[in-house]
Amino acid sequence: MSFSTFDIAGSALSAQSLRLNLTASNLANMHNVAGDAAAVYRARHAVFQAASDPFGSALAGVNVLGVVASDAPPIERYDPGNPQANEQGLVYASSVNAMEEMANMISASRSYQSSLEVIDTAKQLMLRTLSLGQG
Amino acid sequence: MESILGVHEAALLHRAKRMEVLAANLANADTPNFLARDLDFATLLDERFAGARTLKSTDPEHIGSVTFAARDRLLYRVPHQPAQDGNTVEADLELARYAENAVSYQASLLFATGRISTLRTALTGGR
Repeated sequence: MSFSTFDIAGSALSAQSLRLNLTASNLANMHNVAGDAAAVYRARHAVFQAASDPFGSALAGVNVLGVVASDAPPIERYDPGNPQANEQGLVYASSVNAMEEMANMISASRSYQSSLEVIDTAKQLMLRTLSLGQG
Repeated sequence: MESILGVHEAALLHRAKRMEVLAANLANADTPNFLARDLDFATLLDERFAGARTLKSTDPEHIGSVTFAARDRLLYRVPHQPAQDGNTVEADLELARYAENAVSYQASLLFATGRISTLRTALTGGR
């Protein structure tokens, strides 16, 4: 047995934990407002890609290609009492979609769990293989 | 060593390889356009016994026969429920296959251990 199962599942763990972190960041900044539409917080999402392995086999872990900011327009709101409001009394709220983020969070945590299970099983099998023929 | 462990050595190697393939599927469960793959045990057996099925030549001038192992062993999975983003991994099914593969691996390991203990008994006379 080779060690690449650990590499593959490990890449998934790191990719999914990045996704969880981004979800946490999006949810934490969900209620941010700004006086300028360009300055408002935009939801960030990770883009995954299958990592091609240098030996050309079909086995691949997962690679985070990058983090993209959502281009959904911020929500314009009339709120002259807000200290962040501009001259017209407008504030711009971030357009983070809470439902989408929660669904993303559940998906990421489930994928994280299944990769952990993969590592755990692979470890057990490898330890048994090491003790092959003993006793 | 192969004659001692018999077919179990090949089975172990196949199961270990399949474990990597299934781990790769699970790792890419959320990757757009990723196509789930799997190894086919039947084609592995074909390859393994391809030598036994080639024709025997009695003269070096004879044209060699074609073996049966020409097929690609790593196949693509047909999803039960295709996803909109082109991903064909079904994480629950992959996890089930992974568990099944792990049990088969342990079974092969058990058979291999049995062979080794048989040999040890023969060597030590059961003492």
